[in-house]
Amino acid sequence: MSLSLNLYLEFRMFSVFFKRFASLMCLMFWVHTAVAGPVPADQFVKEYTEDLLETIAKNKQQLAGDQKKVAELVDTKILPAVNFQRMTALVVGRYWRQATPEQKERLIDEFRGLLTRTYSGALAQVKDLKIEVKPLRGAADENDVVVKTLIIRPKGEPIQLDYRLERSGDSWKIFDVNVAGLWLVETYKTQFASEISKSGIDGLISSLSDKAKVAEKSNDKPKN
Amino acid sequence: MFSLNTLLVKRLFVFMALASVVGCSTVRAPSPADPYEGFNRSVDAFNQRLDQVLIKPVARSYVSVVPEVARTGVNNFFSNIGDVLTSVNNLLQGKPKAAASDLGRFVINSTVGVLGLFDVASDVGLNKHSEDFGQTLGRWGVNAGPYLVLPLFGPSSARDAAGFVLTTQIDPVSQIDNAATRNALTGTRLVDRRAELLELTDSIEGVSLDAYAFVRDAYLARRRNQVYDGDPPPEKFVDEVEDVPQP
Repeated sequence: MSLSLNLYLEFRMFSVFFKRFASLMCLMFWVHTAVAGPVPADQFVKEYTEDLLETIAKNKQQLAGDQKKVAELVDTKILPAVNFQRMTALVVGRYWRQATPEQKERLIDEFRGLLTRTYSGALAQVKDLKIEVKPLRGAADENDVVVKTLIIRPKGEPIQLDYRLERSGDSWKIFDVNVAGLWLVETYKTQFASEISKSGIDGLISSLSDKAKVAEKSNDKPKN
Repeated sequence: MFSLNTLLVKRLFVFMALASVVGCSTVRAPSPADPYEGFNRSVDAFNQRLDQVLIKPVARSYVSVVPEVARTGVNNFFSNIGDVLTSVNNLLQGKPKAAASDLGRFVINSTVGVLGLFDVASDVGLNKHSEDFGQTLGRWGVNAGPYLVLPLFGPSSARDAAGFVLTTQIDPVSQIDNAATRNALTGTRLVDRRAELLELTDSIEGVSLDAYAFVRDAYLARRRNQVYDGDPPPEKFVDEVEDVPQP
């Protein structure tokens, strides 16, 4: 009996405390979010992808068949959340330190172009997709984290899409993605390495820009 | 009449024996997972040529002539047959729940879905999985072994090729007695599969510096991922770049 009475009293005390401080806590929380405290990585990914999917759904008409619109979307919505410098450095690997600042600049530009061409085709075909972000594993204070997500399609198996992110101030930047089990950095690394060992960093740059020129030409032609 | 399936498998081994004698292209992107790169590149070149002159044009005309509704039906039909295989493999991998779900898919789609032409099982929430003997062997601890490019069938590995041979033996299509029906189904399945991959293969040239190495690395990583059902043990992330520039 006395135990439950004790519990009851404790509860009463707690609720008085709680009421008194509730308003203060609300205020603190509001201030906290207003100055944009650190966002957990999984929440960042959720907001980022949902915003992206929504934008695509809204502009579906304009995006279909208009390369410029797609490029604009990539520039404004996707690229700001990506650390391309780090991504390129990782793909180039141990050769990165031998590259001059100019070469680094070129490499980043060409690699960005290559990826934009790769994924812009897929963007226009996105429809009725939902994203499921899996709960974060590992410590909350890590600076590099992996966020796992699933893309749920109306038909067929869900597609696995994971992100590797680094802390960037109070937010996050993506520096590697995994589509259906393939890490992007890993996938390009071998190819880049063999190109560099064959014809040097300048050789890699020129074969990347050749790829870009070929792609540009085939874009001008009507596709069949 | 020969069974096209077993005929193909036999031819395949004859071809590989020949190709290993005839000679090898150069090794361009060495990888420990690909000790037979020269040989593989030769087979790959053969496959690309065959694809270019025969298989791809057939798949293209299939897409342009046959309306989408019919193509989806064909795709569902073969996917339904594949669900039996998936179910067996899920059972072998110790996943009875998934196995039951896949069997349920097959039963529902074969009846309500009219011989598998319609995928009604997905609508009632039985999602499709894909499992094969290669994945089952992997689950049992068999490593992928050397990467192999099979004539006609493309990227594989020692383990997956063994699984593939097993698959052709128990495949429901290969159990059909009437040779003409069996071969027609095998041919249609090949075209359906190729048609499905048209967009993917078209984009590979544009996004890769060395299509062979790109496909190889992608294949091996994807299979590893499939063996672990999308959750492979994390490989150590190596950051070889020490002076990582901050934006």
